[in-house]
Amino acid sequence: MSDNLREQLLLLPVYFQGHLLLTLAALSVGICISVPLGVWASQSPRVKRPLLITVSIIQTFPSLAILALVVALLGGRIGFLPAFIALTLYSMLPIVRNTVSGLESVSTSVVDAAKGIGMSPRQILTRIQMPLAMPVIVAGIRTATVWTVGLATLSTLVGASSFGNFIFTGIQTRNLVAVTVGSLASAALAVSLDGLIGLVQGLAEKQSKGIVERKHKRAGAIAGSVIVLIFLAIAYNLFQQEEADFVVGGKPFTEQYIMAGLISARLEDAGFSVELRPGLGSDVIFAATSTGNVDVYLEYSGTIWASFMKRSGNPGREAIRSAVVQFVEEQGMTNLGFPGFQNRYALAMRRDRALELGISSIEDLIPIANTLSTGGDLEFFGRSEWLRLRDLYNIDFAEKLTFDVSLMYTAVQERQVDLITAYTTDGRVAAYDLLILDDPRNAMLPYDGMLLVSDAASSSPEFLQALEPIIGGISEEQMREANRLVDVEGKSVSEAVAYLQGQL
Amino acid sequence: MPSTGGTRLIELKGVRKSYDGGKSYAVAGASFTVERGEFLGLIGESGCGKTTTLKMINRLEEPTAGSVFVNGQNVREQNPEQLRRNIGYVFQGIGLFPHRTVVQNVAAVPELLGWDPDRIQARCEQILSMVGLPLEDYGARVPGQLSGGQQQRVGVARALAAESEVVLMDEPFGALDPITRVELQEEFKRIQQELNLTVVMVTHDMTEALLLADRIAVMKNGEILQIGTPHELLNNPQHDYVKKIVDMPKRRADRLEEIMRGHS
Ligand SMILES: Nc1ncnc2c1ncn2[C@@H]1O[C@H](COP(=O)(O)OP(=O)(O)OP(=O)(O)O)[C@@H](O)[C@H]1O
Ligand SMILES: [Mg+2]
Repeated sequence: MSDNLREQLLLLPVYFQGHLLLTLAALSVGICISVPLGVWASQSPRVKRPLLITVSIIQTFPSLAILALVVALLGGRIGFLPAFIALTLYSMLPIVRNTVSGLESVSTSVVDAAKGIGMSPRQILTRIQMPLAMPVIVAGIRTATVWTVGLATLSTLVGASSFGNFIFTGIQTRNLVAVTVGSLASAALAVSLDGLIGLVQGLAEKQSKGIVERKHKRAGAIAGSVIVLIFLAIAYNLFQQEEADFVVGGKPFTEQYIMAGLISARLEDAGFSVELRPGLGSDVIFAATSTGNVDVYLEYSGTIWASFMKRSGNPGREAIRSAVVQFVEEQGMTNLGFPGFQNRYALAMRRDRALELGISSIEDLIPIANTLSTGGDLEFFGRSEWLRLRDLYNIDFAEKLTFDVSLMYTAVQERQVDLITAYTTDGRVAAYDLLILDDPRNAMLPYDGMLLVSDAASSSPEFLQALEPIIGGISEEQMREANRLVDVEGKSVSEAVAYLQGQL
Repeated sequence: MPSTGGTRLIELKGVRKSYDGGKSYAVAGASFTVERGEFLGLIGESGCGKTTTLKMINRLEEPTAGSVFVNGQNVREQNPEQLRRNIGYVFQGIGLFPHRTVVQNVAAVPELLGWDPDRIQARCEQILSMVGLPLEDYGARVPGQLSGGQQQRVGVARALAAESEVVLMDEPFGALDPITRVELQEEFKRIQQELNLTVVMVTHDMTEALLLADRIAVMKNGEILQIGTPHELLNNPQHDYVKKIVDMPKRRADRLEEIMRGHS
């Protein structure tokens, strides 16, 4: 077994626990809400249409949007709760819909007869309609289960642990083993729960045809108790876990996984317990830190400037630094400092080609730009950076080609294009020995890495002391090398963390 | 004839029923009484309002106008569920509970009334053998495992199970073959007389009405054209329609007699 696979399998129990608990909790609450709503709707036409429309609309929301919305509504709270709420909302449509159609499919002559022999509305519901509708309702629950297991992988993005942690980390750090382990685990869980509920559905069908035997009932009761027991055991276990001293967050790409790992390693070395929440969305992590749900993560000045302060223009690296430092303080956070690298857009070219043309800065391109071809990532030529580049240097290129990021690096390496729009800390800049061109007119927005810290954490001297060496301690070359270890050499994130630790 | 000296167990006074807010009437004025122990047949063409009339007796439908009395008390003042539990009802669509066994179906009303299990068991046995479906052979089956005629008999058994004085029947013998049908009709008539049941039975079959009922109400377009004993209807029909529907069995009976006598 490879080290990588072993490393992934070690994580399996934790992620399994998170995934299962999230799924079962969302489903149980989803059932407890949706079945009564479905019953209500089936009895009141006034409720039915608005309700079905509402749950359908929830379903049409992109799942990521729902997650982000719930986080926002909870005031930036991340972790189990927002994921649980979003999944619960998502589980509702099939259950409500099947409850309504199941109840409506019960023959009216049967319901009329029940009424006619003197059953009360409640007796009609519990003794006649529900048992007859049960197979359809359980089918709805079954659908909801499969959806929820799949969607639970996305909860990683709001900081709840699930098999999604394998998948997102794996995609971002090019770790196919992790992606495979996560996908297989998620699929296996979906198939098992589907099978389990399929059994219940079979029983419900038998029962609705009046051919249930005592042994079936016992089997049903046992299956039900097993589910409840697993659920309680996991929940108990989870809530028993002590809260960590600090929560370290990260966004879903290699550099972020490495930096979150580095921060955690330093805090753990200083004797703190740490909870790692990697792979969070950009809006989510910023809000979570300002509300103290995350204690520390690596942010970039340009992201705050453009995305959170909604500023356009580029007053220069220093001006943006001081503006964003002030802004984050207004948002209830502290900037612990700048590690010393920027991860911004830059024009890059093969070093030999640059020497051949005598180029070291974008200004050097001005006379010859119209003979050169440039490859950009999928969005660069639509971004304000490109417009500024064009206007400030008054250049345009003979050819502007758009690539998937990894193909873009290959294209410049193989001389299919002269220049590319690289990211300054990308490991492939080092791997392919690309030269980053200077940008004296500040066309590219600066993206200084900075450690954002929650209010609570910034009042702990030991915490600040543990992270102190990172400030000013990582150069662009070093960050690039760490990224290269993971992205190009296929090393694990922890190896890249160890490399940076050695450099501090 | 029990129509003399008995109390009025069911009484309808100027009952009207509209399903469309008064534009049209499914029942356009029904007034009649049924004495204790009397067997009333309700006959008329499809859609004339027979089922609607029956349903207003146990409050499955509420009259738009007029009043219904059961046991001397306005049904409006009675709890609908209690009322229905005390009135046996055979539904036009049979309406057996598909997820319940034959015994459970028959036991439904006694259970609602809170009988003790031994009494329910004994009653189910008795009533099922009465309708020709012995409990040990049929009790554990579900409706899906019965023929249409057998289901109808379970429907009758369910209506009789709780020993109600009043039984409303909506085409209870429709799906039976002629021999079983006659057997069950005769068996039911015997039970009705033995227990002195008060019965309102809807039927399309004039012969059935003539043979079973003490009196027959003929309905057309929501109105009761004539109520009378079979003898009165046969000899003194007061409407063309009544004459037409009583003539049919009469002509057939005459024809049968001719055949038997050897004329052709
Ligand atoms: N729930 C209802 N809503 C609206 N109209 C109804 C309803 N029930 C019955 N009707 C109408 O009332 C009229 C009388 O119906 P009813 O069921 O009493 O007829 P019926 O004499 O029992 O006919 P059949 O012999 O076919 O059973 C019909 O025109 C029918 O369409
Ligand atoms: Mg009818």
